Amino acid sequence: MTAAADVPAPAPVGEASRARPPRTRRNTELALLLVAMVIVAVYLGVVEANVLATGRGARAGGGVTVTSDFWVPAAILALVFVALHVLVRWRAPYADPALLPAVALLNGLGVAFLRRLDLSDAPAAERADLTTFAGAGGRQLAWTLAGVVGAGVLLFFLRDHRVVSRYAYTLGLAGIVLVMLPAVLPRRFSEINNAKLWIILPGVGQIQPGEFAKLLLVSFFAYYLVRKREVLSLASRRVLGIDFPRGRDLGPVVAVWALSLLVLVFEKDLGTALLFFGMFVVTLYIATERVSWLIIGLLLFFGGAFLAYSLGGTIGGPFANFYQRVQIWQDPFADPDNKGYQLVQSLLGLGTGGLFGAGPGGGEPGIVPLVHSDFVFAGLGEEIGLFGLTALLVVYLLIVERGIRAGLQVRDSFGKLLAGGLAFTLGLQVFVIVGGVSKLIPLTGQTTPFLSAGGSSLMANWLLVAMLLRISDAARQPAGAAAGPVGPGSGSPPVRLYNAPTEVLR
Amino acid sequence: MNAPLRRAGVVVMVLFGLLFVNLNWVQAYKADDYRNSDYNRRVQLAEYERQRGVIQTLGGKVLATSKETDDELRFLRTYPAGEAYTPVVGYKPVNLAETGIERAENDYLAGTSDQLFADRIRDMFTGKETSGGNVILTLSARAQETAFKELQDNRVGARKGAAVALDPTSGAVQALVSMPSFDANPLTSHDTDAAQAAYDKLNADKDKPLLNRAVSETYPPGSTFKVIDSAAALENGLEPDSVVQGGSSYLPPQAGQPIHNAPGVVCPSTLTLKQALTVSCNTAFSRLCVDKLNADKIKSEARQFGFEEDDLSVGRLDGEGIPVAASHTGDMLRPDGQQDPALLAQSCIGQSDVRMTPLQGALIAATVANNGRQMRPYLVQQLKGPDLTTVHYTAQPRPQQQPISEDTAGKLRDMMESVVRNGTGRRAQISGYTVGGKTGTAENGDNPDHGWFIGFVLKDGKPITAVCVFLEHAGSGGSSEAARIAGQVMRAVIADRGGD
Repeated sequence: MTAAADVPAPAPVGEASRARPPRTRRNTELALLLVAMVIVAVYLGVVEANVLATGRGARAGGGVTVTSDFWVPAAILALVFVALHVLVRWRAPYADPALLPAVALLNGLGVAFLRRLDLSDAPAAERADLTTFAGAGGRQLAWTLAGVVGAGVLLFFLRDHRVVSRYAYTLGLAGIVLVMLPAVLPRRFSEINNAKLWIILPGVGQIQPGEFAKLLLVSFFAYYLVRKREVLSLASRRVLGIDFPRGRDLGPVVAVWALSLLVLVFEKDLGTALLFFGMFVVTLYIATERVSWLIIGLLLFFGGAFLAYSLGGTIGGPFANFYQRVQIWQDPFADPDNKGYQLVQSLLGLGTGGLFGAGPGGGEPGIVPLVHSDFVFAGLGEEIGLFGLTALLVVYLLIVERGIRAGLQVRDSFGKLLAGGLAFTLGLQVFVIVGGVSKLIPLTGQTTPFLSAGGSSLMANWLLVAMLLRISDAARQPAGAAAGPVGPGSGSPPVRLYNAPTEVLR
Repeated sequence: MNAPLRRAGVVVMVLFGLLFVNLNWVQAYKADDYRNSDYNRRVQLAEYERQRGVIQTLGGKVLATSKETDDELRFLRTYPAGEAYTPVVGYKPVNLAETGIERAENDYLAGTSDQLFADRIRDMFTGKETSGGNVILTLSARAQETAFKELQDNRVGARKGAAVALDPTSGAVQALVSMPSFDANPLTSHDTDAAQAAYDKLNADKDKPLLNRAVSETYPPGSTFKVIDSAAALENGLEPDSVVQGGSSYLPPQAGQPIHNAPGVVCPSTLTLKQALTVSCNTAFSRLCVDKLNADKIKSEARQFGFEEDDLSVGRLDGEGIPVAASHTGDMLRPDGQQDPALLAQSCIGQSDVRMTPLQGALIAATVANNGRQMRPYLVQQLKGPDLTTVHYTAQPRPQQQPISEDTAGKLRDMMESVVRNGTGRRAQISGYTVGGKTGTAENGDNPDHGWFIGFVLKDGKPITAVCVFLEHAGSGGSSEAARIAGQVMRAVIADRGGD
């Protein structure tokens, strides 16, 4: 796929490989991006063919099968993503070429699926006339635009990811504030659908601050843990064969983590709590390289879950919610019309899809509750089947593994930890929500990155991707180029130990 | 830091692997379970995408049909023929349980039955949308509507009742009505809240219109049960002109209360069996049962006529139908298991624990009319494919039992004809036709008495129809009014067959 123009003549065999000019592979990115957009356009076309040509649509639509402008959302998306691609060419020329197309594909399918829901929700007679920016699909399209602009701004101004570490404490504090805000705000400014995790600006809109807090907290953890990694991994006390770090080294991090968890329990947002927990344990493990952290983390997690379950079963109170979720998970069909309704309908949708699915627009995903947000994966599963969902999972896995690879390749510890933390968090989020809707684990409310409707989630995840692009650019660019000034007008940061390239032992 | 980072990557891969395995479980292994689950509304949406078949009478009157709407559920089930037909046709609601023929023939009407497999395959290739199959009922529109109208306009002020008319020679149900009835259209509304509200309202109605009194409820049959007594007596060697003992009262052995005759019944101390039936003499039949017959003989005779049969359904002869409640005689024994002449005496005049459905009443009359051969009742005459030419089923009438010999049936027929000619059933007379029957007045605690009439009409010795009319809590004159209504229903059947 790589265009010849982009690849200099191969270096003579025998020369040291570092002498070979590195390939940016930007043309690969462009080609993949266009392929992704063609897939989205085809998806949109099939949706219209199915929704307008069969059943109720055809009766009212008078035989219209596909409107002449079915491809417009895909074209707009292509335009937006290509613009970002151009910016990447300019500002992060060595960035991983697979990241942007993979995310664009997911985002595009998300927009197309939401548009598909709009089409079937609309009265049959008006379906053919649904405008591009109408409904949930149109809003998602607009939010995509905003998310991509956000990613572009980040890439444009942040020339070196290490600059982030300078503001780590500010970001950490901002993260905590964002997490706590919905908990302390009055209900009418913070509660939607019985979940108190929003900030509602009356008349303006609402944001889900947890999505952004995720990014801020990972940045803070990465900075802090890199600074403390020596003490955390070396100065320890050995208890029962496990090395425990000194309390004063760990204090601030545990405080951040405990505080966010506490707030989340009060907000009844167990999905985000689980996400933060996993994020924290994994960054700690990566930073210290100590398996004991994983063991402690897993013990804490399962112990906590078990405790919450037993407490929920006996005394109820704030744990009753968790207890109920576990009960539903164990047997959703015990109360299929009430408590188990969401999960039952999700499973029925997935099962109806079967191996190949009903085809885009051919199913009835509208039956699944919350299909725009939490259950978008189940809705898609009915129409694209096991094969389609598996492909989506592979795309997610690609993004996560590419992110982790950026972490492996980048030279500074902060970058490693940040890339690893962000990528792992994204993967964990997909696991939590997809596992939840398919009854692998108890269901906890989460958005499905890039697919679920919602501006906050989309913006935050695009920022995450921009960050991964930035780090992968640093990772893949030739060693000489990385030595330049760190940020525009900010001067070089003081050279610290944690900024030095990490030597890989072994 | 790279080693743990790599491991984190492996962890994500493992987690995604778990997701993949679990999706295989949900979307492949469990897929069929989930696809056809009762909780899966897609099943219903798909069902409503296909036009449900029509239910109609033998004469072509449409009782149930589906019309296209713009709703999410494509077709709306409607019942254009009115409430007279609801107990038979039933209804097929969105969110409630279906009833009647709509329930019994659901698969065929919906187009999902095995018989329509070929049609579905053809549709798959031609892309045509065919409807479900059509059900043709044995009902005579004229008899059905006459029965319902006459019940509603009864002259004794009864609010509840039922009527059944059968073709004695085949068992085909010509009319089956229950009063009060209801319009089923609101129940099939696609607005499920409205449908539920309509159902709740009907369910709360103190007259219980949702009950199908013709088949699902049993009532004390009163003197109509004397037909069973007479059959038992004739089968046990008595003749219509055998002399039996009557009188104004009879105290059975060990009984505390004597048996009396109904007010207005004049019963001499000795009379023939035929006379006893004609005037409906309680004392004669009670004494006959205690002295010359016994509980086992009565129970056995009743059982042969169809009592205690608890898996009868009326619909298709080879399949499902509207379930019919079992009629019972009770065991007529004391609590310690000994014979109880007092209970026997009460049971023989259709009181005590004897309970009968109106359909059972019609079956008794039909059996007598059809030379003692009882035909299995049925409602579905034909199942016709969506094209209205392919016939998937045609009723093949079949006898289900022969409780009495042809000879006994002849004698009993003659006795019952005497009831209409000279006795309590005079109001069922139709000039030019031979009508036989038996009235019944059943006490029901402190409530007004039930009125019954079971009977048949013959033309030149050939049975035309057997009818049972039941008026719940009709009070005095109820049985005579029931006889009049039965006569009207018989006339309707005759008219429907081209008679005058």
